[in-house]
Amino acid sequence: MSSIISISGVTKTYATGFKALKEINLDIERGEIFALLGPNGAGKTTLISIVCGIVNRSSGTVTVDGHDIGRDYRAARSLIGLVPQELTIDAFETVWATVNYSRGLFGKAPNAAFVEKVLRDLSLWDKKDSKAITLSGGMKRRLMIAKALSHEPRVLFLDEPTAGVDVELRQDMWAMVRRLREDGVTIILTTHYIEEAEAMADRVGVINKGEIILVEGKAELMRKLGRKQMNLELRAPLAAVPDGLSHYSLELSDDGNQLTYTYDNQSDRPGVASLIRDLEAAGVQFRDLDTKNSSLEEIFVNLLRQEP
Amino acid sequence: MNLRAAPNFRAVWAIYRVEMARAFRTVLQSIISPVISTSLYFVVFGSAIGSRITEIDGIAYGAFIVPGLMMLSLLTQSISNASFAIYFPKFVGSIYELLSAPVSYLEIIIAYVGGAATKSVMLGLIILATAALFVPLRIEHPFWMIAFLVLTAVTFSLFGFIIGIWAKTFEQLQLVPLLIVTPLTFLGGSFYSIHMLPGIWKTITLFNPVVYLISGFRWSFYGKADVSVGVSLGMTVMFLAICIAIVAWIFKTGYRLRN
Repeated sequence: MSSIISISGVTKTYATGFKALKEINLDIERGEIFALLGPNGAGKTTLISIVCGIVNRSSGTVTVDGHDIGRDYRAARSLIGLVPQELTIDAFETVWATVNYSRGLFGKAPNAAFVEKVLRDLSLWDKKDSKAITLSGGMKRRLMIAKALSHEPRVLFLDEPTAGVDVELRQDMWAMVRRLREDGVTIILTTHYIEEAEAMADRVGVINKGEIILVEGKAELMRKLGRKQMNLELRAPLAAVPDGLSHYSLELSDDGNQLTYTYDNQSDRPGVASLIRDLEAAGVQFRDLDTKNSSLEEIFVNLLRQEP
Repeated sequence: MNLRAAPNFRAVWAIYRVEMARAFRTVLQSIISPVISTSLYFVVFGSAIGSRITEIDGIAYGAFIVPGLMMLSLLTQSISNASFAIYFPKFVGSIYELLSAPVSYLEIIIAYVGGAATKSVMLGLIILATAALFVPLRIEHPFWMIAFLVLTAVTFSLFGFIIGIWAKTFEQLQLVPLLIVTPLTFLGGSFYSIHMLPGIWKTITLFNPVVYLISGFRWSFYGKADVSVGVSLGMTVMFLAICIAIVAWIFKTGYRLRN
């Protein structure tokens, strides 16, 4: 069995009648970093909350390492660490007390050495006797992570981990996530920052309006949906794209100084090499060229646009 | 048996410890303020008014009010401790951790209610000790005194827990203790014997559940009661049963905890 979390036929309708999730089927593989992408209100947090036991599902089943989250909730939940989006800590507890509390809550025997290691890894050790209320936002975020890691979870959920977090901390967090993955921890992160998924994820799931519309390896996703663009800086401005080049669907900038050619990897459209030959034949000279891959963000926007 | 399905005693202990730590952190509010207010009651009721009443049922007035005073604090503190303990994590959002932890509802209840009840029992004993400085006390049935103390603390901590789960705002959190519990306690014979009331009021008073608690508790001190001790005990246990039933329903339905 390779999947560590198996979600099948999960729906959620809130008491207000709002249908937050419509039939979710999703398998998370052991040891992977899975990014769940979606706009605000897509159902990311609801889905995570169901798996973690905070929200009751309306129907469907979820298993964590083979343990049903309803019937066998103790075994299922003890494997999971959750770092929620909001900074919600008892402000009057010390860092040391609150992290040890989390460990106890998850039924783990006290282990001061381990808790110390977690705090050191997150640069919180010298704050261990400070009350949570005195910490900066970034430190509070790290404290939330320390609480989730205190009980040695096999699966870590990071709900919008870098929302409102400065660049340095974001880099630190990514490094930490990679370290955890090396230790065999499965990581599921939700985000609406695409670069986060792009930088870290092995696989990407896209959720929109309570439905998973796509699950794909990041590399395949980029290859399949990724588009490339070539920009040519011209030596002399053109008034119009020469007739001989019309089948390339080139775009000419308003000032006539730049030509843009958009193509994708699987396209049957003619390649870059033939375009350059044809440009030469048409007497168009260029000063410089560059090509770029479209980012996951552009892919994502395109996907959501295709949604009915 | 699957070891992982075993009760999570460590979680109960972790929650209980945090609750107790909170009491000691707010020592001024938790312990000193009831001592001060008890002393004030003695000055006002015991000395100023007591000098005119002298005795009820053969008990010096100052001593007569001690069980009622203890109950008054026990009830209000049990409710406020337990309701705040569960309302606060709901309010700041840190309850996510409790809900995502491998703990059963029963364990959550034992930990929170146990913490709140421990605090109010301690408080009751502190008041008792304070009272002993003002008036000579005797306790005829120490076992029953402790039994009523613990039973009442547990029952009203449960009641407070229910309020804490039900409340959506701080105002609602204060509402029940302020508008219902305090009046019922004052009218429940803390400071007088219900036999001193005129006819119709005596009957109406019998609908006040707090009467039974105070009466039974006072019996454990002086062997004198407004209503029979069996009835007092029965009413206290019934109260406890009602609270347990409500809590069971809350947890079965996830009412205001899990959507």
